[in-house]
Amino acid sequence: MAYKRKDLLGMKDLTKEEILYLLDTAQKFTEINERDVKKVPTLKGKTVINLFFEPSTRTRTSFEIAGKRLSADTINFTASASSTTKGETLLDTVHNMEAMRPDIFVVRHQFSGSVKYIAENTDVHVVNAGDGLNEHPTQALLDMLTIRQAKGDLNGLEVAIIGDITHSRVARSDIWAMPRLGINLRLFGPSTMIPKHHEVFGCRVCKNMQEAVEGADVIIMLRIQRERQGKLLVPSTKEYAKFFGLTKDKLALAKKDALVMHPGPINRGVELMSNVADSDQSGVLKQVSNGVAVRMAALYILGIGSNKGGYDENAS
Amino acid sequence: MTQKEIMNEEEISRTLTRMVSQIIESIKENDGICLVGIRRGGAYLASRLAQILKTAGRKDVLLGFLDITLYRDDLTTIHDYPVLHGTEIDFDVCGRHIILVDDVVFTGRTTRAAMDALIDLGRPKKISLAALIDRGHRELPIQPDFVGKVVPTSLNEIIEVRLKEQAGNDCVLIQKTA
Repeated sequence: MAYKRKDLLGMKDLTKEEILYLLDTAQKFTEINERDVKKVPTLKGKTVINLFFEPSTRTRTSFEIAGKRLSADTINFTASASSTTKGETLLDTVHNMEAMRPDIFVVRHQFSGSVKYIAENTDVHVVNAGDGLNEHPTQALLDMLTIRQAKGDLNGLEVAIIGDITHSRVARSDIWAMPRLGINLRLFGPSTMIPKHHEVFGCRVCKNMQEAVEGADVIIMLRIQRERQGKLLVPSTKEYAKFFGLTKDKLALAKKDALVMHPGPINRGVELMSNVADSDQSGVLKQVSNGVAVRMAALYILGIGSNKGGYDENAS
Repeated sequence: MTQKEIMNEEEISRTLTRMVSQIIESIKENDGICLVGIRRGGAYLASRLAQILKTAGRKDVLLGFLDITLYRDDLTTIHDYPVLHGTEIDFDVCGRHIILVDDVVFTGRTTRAAMDALIDLGRPKKISLAALIDRGHRELPIQPDFVGKVVPTSLNEIIEVRLKEQAGNDCVLIQKTA
């Protein structure tokens, strides 16, 4: 069991063993987040730069807390207040940051593939914190961790992802990763928000909300990604809520103990009704807590990854 | 590589019983006994010490396990990815006398890491150290309070404590690498 890669760019290429190693490590980190002293010295002296070329509060805060709880020095770089607005190229920005000798870059960028491009052009470890429509691997990991804590085992679970599949990198990371661990995925959303070539995912695409929810163990609701849509893809949010929103009534069609998740931010009354979002079946805040543990695991595994030699098994 | 058995199952069992009596003797009547085993070898030994104490009628025994992987000073030199086993201490360490349990005390670095890990959980009144084997070669000013057996070794020897819980049988081996 190991993770020997330089970076964490996406779930698409990861093996089942690598995903499980990340999840198992993250599970152990959840304990640290419950302590009075929420800090271990593991990454003391390592520098983590959060390179965020796209606005984010939740993910950036989560990564920052994760780094700090491992004793790494975390620095936030936001594009709006930086040289990118002065005309510097992406690689120049990266190389300038690299010259300050950081150990890990946590990168978010609005273009798909940009994080991989950065990773290929730097010796620094790179964690993808979301690139365009492509991937958001730590979100998929925290989704799976939350499901595993609630259901015990991932194998054979029925999971529905409902909403704007096309414009969701969270959905994409979930879709690559979950079937690898034995989860049966079904997708549903307005036909304008279902990818044209969804066959590559190998998931069932449902025709209506009832089919999508029926018998599900877990329901992952997505927000309409207005900022990534070129044109309006639904007539109105009211209509969207009616056909694609999760209400108490619709939730009743799922398994009795079905878990409802959402990557946030939630649009209450649109994709998720308040009485569902705030119910006992909601795992939304648990997802946020687990996010810190997952990001600690990612930073830990990459941060100690520069292995230099032998290990004395007998070192007591 | 040559290998020699220096303790068998019966000797380990007898040694643990003797360590338990030493521990009981050293602890004041009303203090209770808090054993914290250092994963992984020390965790099995701590469980056994706790079992012996319970069999002897002690009801005030607390047992916890400490994973010190995140506190190691050699983490970046470990050649394979370390697996976290997790810390499980479901009592408050503040104000208690904690007895750390490890299988072998060698350089003292594991003990150092364990003390740091423990202190991050609270402020124990006192920390003692119990080890089944003391093989010398300390690199830090650390001495165990309860020792099962002192084994003089050279640096190219390896002490292996095999326990039923992990290896299927109980014995302590000394191996000489060429």
